[in-house]
Amino acid sequence: MGKSSSSKDAQALFHSLRSAYAATPVNLKIIDLYVGFAVFTALIQVVYMAIVGSFPFNSFLSGVLSCVGTAVLAVCLRIQVNKENKEFKDIAPERAFADFVLCNLVLHLVIMNFLG
Amino acid sequence: MAAPETSTAAVPTLMTNNSLRNAFGGVLSFFILLLIGVLAFSIRLFSVIKYESVIHEFDPYFNYRVTQFLTKKGIYDFWNWFDDRTWYPLGRVIGGTVYPGLTLTAGTIWWFLNSLNIPLSVETVCVFTAPIFSAFASWATYLLTKEVKGAGAGLTAAALLAMVPSYISRSVAGSYDNEAVAIFALIFTFYLYIKTLNTGSLFYATLNSIAYFYMVCSWGGYTFIINLIPMHVLLCIVTGRYSSRLYIAYAPLVVLGTLLAALVPVVGFNAVMTSEHFASFLVFIVIHVVAFVYYIKGILSPKMFKVAVTLVVSVGLCKLICGPLYSDISACITSGIALSQAFDVFTRSIKYQLPGVSSTNELDAGETSSATAEAQNDAVKTEKTEETSKDRPSRKSKKKEKEQVEKPSTKAKAEKKRLLALPLEASVIALLLLIMLGAFYVVHCVWAAAEAYSAPSIVLTSHSHDGLHVFDDFREAYGWLRHNTDVDDKVASWWDYGYQTTAMANRTVIVDNNTWNNTHIATVGTAMSSPEKAAWEIFHSLDVKYVLVVFGGLVGYPSDDINKFLWMVRIGGGVFPHIKEPDYLRDGQYRIDSQATSTMLNCLMYKLSYYRFVETDGKGFDRVRRTEIGKKYFKLTHFEEVFTTHHWMVRIYKLKLPKNRIRGKTKKSKSKTSSKRSGITKKNPWH
Repeated sequence: MGKSSSSKDAQALFHSLRSAYAATPVNLKIIDLYVGFAVFTALIQVVYMAIVGSFPFNSFLSGVLSCVGTAVLAVCLRIQVNKENKEFKDIAPERAFADFVLCNLVLHLVIMNFLG
Repeated sequence: MAAPETSTAAVPTLMTNNSLRNAFGGVLSFFILLLIGVLAFSIRLFSVIKYESVIHEFDPYFNYRVTQFLTKKGIYDFWNWFDDRTWYPLGRVIGGTVYPGLTLTAGTIWWFLNSLNIPLSVETVCVFTAPIFSAFASWATYLLTKEVKGAGAGLTAAALLAMVPSYISRSVAGSYDNEAVAIFALIFTFYLYIKTLNTGSLFYATLNSIAYFYMVCSWGGYTFIINLIPMHVLLCIVTGRYSSRLYIAYAPLVVLGTLLAALVPVVGFNAVMTSEHFASFLVFIVIHVVAFVYYIKGILSPKMFKVAVTLVVSVGLCKLICGPLYSDISACITSGIALSQAFDVFTRSIKYQLPGVSSTNELDAGETSSATAEAQNDAVKTEKTEETSKDRPSRKSKKKEKEQVEKPSTKAKAEKKRLLALPLEASVIALLLLIMLGAFYVVHCVWAAAEAYSAPSIVLTSHSHDGLHVFDDFREAYGWLRHNTDVDDKVASWWDYGYQTTAMANRTVIVDNNTWNNTHIATVGTAMSSPEKAAWEIFHSLDVKYVLVVFGGLVGYPSDDINKFLWMVRIGGGVFPHIKEPDYLRDGQYRIDSQATSTMLNCLMYKLSYYRFVETDGKGFDRVRRTEIGKKYFKLTHFEEVFTTHHWMVRIYKLKLPKNRIRGKTKKSKSKTSSKRSGITKKNPWH
């Protein structure tokens, strides 16, 4: 495998990915940003845990799972409101958002209980 | 996806016809479900009718006691309950070591009924919790199967679950154990999972996690769910059936479910720390990788083919990395499942469902998990195969309805063709045979419910030539303890009777069925296996006042303490090595007749069981062991008999006080000589 050809491929792939992502609607991009932020927050906490230790394990667990849960739920919302996903035609975006809010409420109620 | 939208048919006459049929079908299936609920409830009442409304067996007595505490003291005291009346002097933290689902459910039902001014006792509520929840479980089965196959199959499955004997055995009225509510929770969780899978709605995903929470609350068997669902997800991914709905059904369940499980005190950090939960986390990671790959694929597929090729290379790399993971996960899961008998049933049900898989494409995502759900309940019997195959024509037509929504005119043709496939006589005979088989199955289930599974085991009956005998000795003994001993007295017995003693006699026990401390059990086992003086010292050091033994030699009750005795020796010897099992065996044989070893004939269990036994028939014939006992005439030096029940099944002894022991020292030396083997043959100290 030639090195130059593979790097060219990677470049082409990068370009096509970028152009494909540029075509995404703005509301999906906002959700992506939100997901990215949540994952980033989770990573910070994991790094902090690795350095300082996981002593109040409740707090660590609820902090990380809160971020992961937020990210996962946002991904679900993104899947549902994406117009290109034909299988979610019968779920209106408003309905999807209401479900998202409900699920988040339950998640954070549980987390507040678990904080310790 | 499963929601049949048959009303969108184009032809108006067909439409009205269809909606009318749907309406009739809806009302009819509602009433059928109602009847199935009544059936599920009433088939479990044989124990109440044949015996009485009592709690059964051992563990239910503990649950009953906890429920009593909950209704008296409230929820906060329940969570903080440190029970000082068991495991004396250690005590037991009950609030943090029980699965609270069953107790809270029954407590809530009791509280609700009382607030409506229906004054039921806690015991009544506890007795009828299991039958009520088996009705719920059969309705949940209807929902589950309807989601997978359609209403007809759902009704059949619900009817089968309502009367499947293996489920009845765990949920008759009075069997107040965790499974009573957990089976319902299990099925309902699987239903909501499949519902989420079919609709892709976060709302159902939330409900699913809450149902899973209820399952975690009620039974340790929740690990089945948290291993089976990842297995299904993995199977879907491996067979290329990944969809966004799968992600919505699975990912929120893992996060929310783990957090909710960690809320239950008995699970706590185990929800993230122990290996039986790791499979779900691994699959959680895998599904994210897969979702990402699918997303990239979706973006790029209209783009240049060359880019897609490079992508495939990267995907291949990724699979290479993940390869070892797959095998790890499957090993994890199979070991989890091997614990239950479910696996055998599971494969059988898969075999039966295979023909269906080929015909339905979008629905068989739920197919396997329904099979697993039913395997959990042992609901899938060979009879079921017959029963559902009987149901198949109607089901097939329903399937066709679904598939041919757009062109309903072809439906009639297709049906005609199908009908012509078999000769009329053959199908009629086959149907009749199947109906007969189903009827026999119903008869069998009712027989099993009435005869095999309804005995409460604290009240025994026997049929003999002179009629029915009832042995109510256990409650007689516990009642005696309750009324004739001091409220703080400690009662020692083998651990089997611990729950019953605390619940029925309300006396402190040394060990009970929650066998959490082996040393403590070994101490009691050692005391039972020791000679009288050593046993007295052990019991006295534990502040024991009464010793309770169960003895079946008079009436032939085989699960008595003499038959369990070798376990006391083994467990005791495991911690205290001076107790050796061979000392109690003659040439490897366990016997209590004249050939028995002297260690056996002098140990406390032998003495407490057979004390004065010879007075009953003059020979001392043990009807369980079918032999005459070895040592017939002896006196007790450190214990005195205070109560023996009507059929001698429970015998209660009191420890003699220390000052009596000192005064009796001279006596003891006398009795020692009299109880020597030569002395026995000469004279009976009781005459």
